[in-house]
Amino acid sequence: MEIDSSQGRMAAYMRDHQDKVVGRWCELVVAGVRGRSSAVEIRTELEDLYALVLRVMAGADQEAAGELRAVLAELSASRARNGFTPRETALAVFSLKDAVYELVADSSDLVPEYLSFSRMIDDLGLLTFETYAAARERIIADQAAAMLELSTPVVRLWDGIIAVPLVGTLDSARTQLVTEKLLETLVATGADHAVLDITGVPTVDTEVAQHLLKTVNAARLLGAECIICGIRPQVAQTIVSLGIEFGDIATKATLADALRHALTHAGLKVTEVDRA
Amino acid sequence: MERVPILKLGRTLFVSIQIDLQDDSVMRLQEDLADELAATAATGVIIDITAVEIVDSFIGRMLTMIGSISRLFDAETVLVGMRPAVAITLTELGLSLRGVRTALNAEKGMKLLSGRAR
Repeated sequence: MEIDSSQGRMAAYMRDHQDKVVGRWCELVVAGVRGRSSAVEIRTELEDLYALVLRVMAGADQEAAGELRAVLAELSASRARNGFTPRETALAVFSLKDAVYELVADSSDLVPEYLSFSRMIDDLGLLTFETYAAARERIIADQAAAMLELSTPVVRLWDGIIAVPLVGTLDSARTQLVTEKLLETLVATGADHAVLDITGVPTVDTEVAQHLLKTVNAARLLGAECIICGIRPQVAQTIVSLGIEFGDIATKATLADALRHALTHAGLKVTEVDRA
Repeated sequence: MERVPILKLGRTLFVSIQIDLQDDSVMRLQEDLADELAATAATGVIIDITAVEIVDSFIGRMLTMIGSISRLFDAETVLVGMRPAVAITLTELGLSLRGVRTALNAEKGMKLLSGRAR
């Protein structure tokens, strides 16, 4: 952002007409956000911004530029979190140009000043866009990490029987995480049966089956017997038509069947209590 | 070269690997175990790898071979105490150790073998 005398003149001019410009700017921005922030909120935000812009243009202090960038970054990051589109976010900055232009349009002697002002606002608009994109990307990364954490619980069904309810698509990263957690739990609990419930896995193709087999093989190396359950009719048809072989791994329709299988295998029996 | 001791417990041979496995020590273990199996008519072999942190495809294959050799002497091999990281490495290498049984720890391994004796 270059600071020269013409910007100083522009700043003085804008300071003189502050109320008018900020008023018009607010109108433009409020129309753009369509009621997602209140007009009062926007007005305070923009007044702060306007004061900073003036300070930068006046070139009075060095900190103003940094401060302006920080405030803008904060503004666009919060808009990104609240689901505003990048267009709406950038428009908030760009409409300052319109607001000022409407004022300057009558007095032609301010054209060079207006141009340099416009360049500065363009720069700021691009900055908001950049921070907006960065904030959105951070949100996506956080969500992906949270989802990975949330979607891989290992639960204990019985003494020596643990279950892994798999929800969502199984890719390599997920499989790795699931396998690690499963094996850690096997070691920690000393379980010798593990039930993999794939009810929540939308499709089972050769790749997903490969991942499942890897998990089962790793668990077997720790001496645990694995049972795959939650196979839906469509999934069963896909598995067969793709020619996927689960070999000697026990597969069951429901978690209940798998638990019964594991209990039998562990030499346990569930009986009805005779209440008579 | 470090040698891995083979302990005889009843009709079971117990091998606890406490060293960093080198190719030649695994080869030596295989030979010693074959000699011991022939001499003692043991019915089970327990290989404890609790202390092993690193395996490669060669060692994985040798473990499978030890399993096959034991079976020739009508003895069953149980690999016990594998660490999760080692299990993941072996599956990533595509080795599922067919012919070798596995158990979480030595106690469960003994139980597996005694179940077979019954």
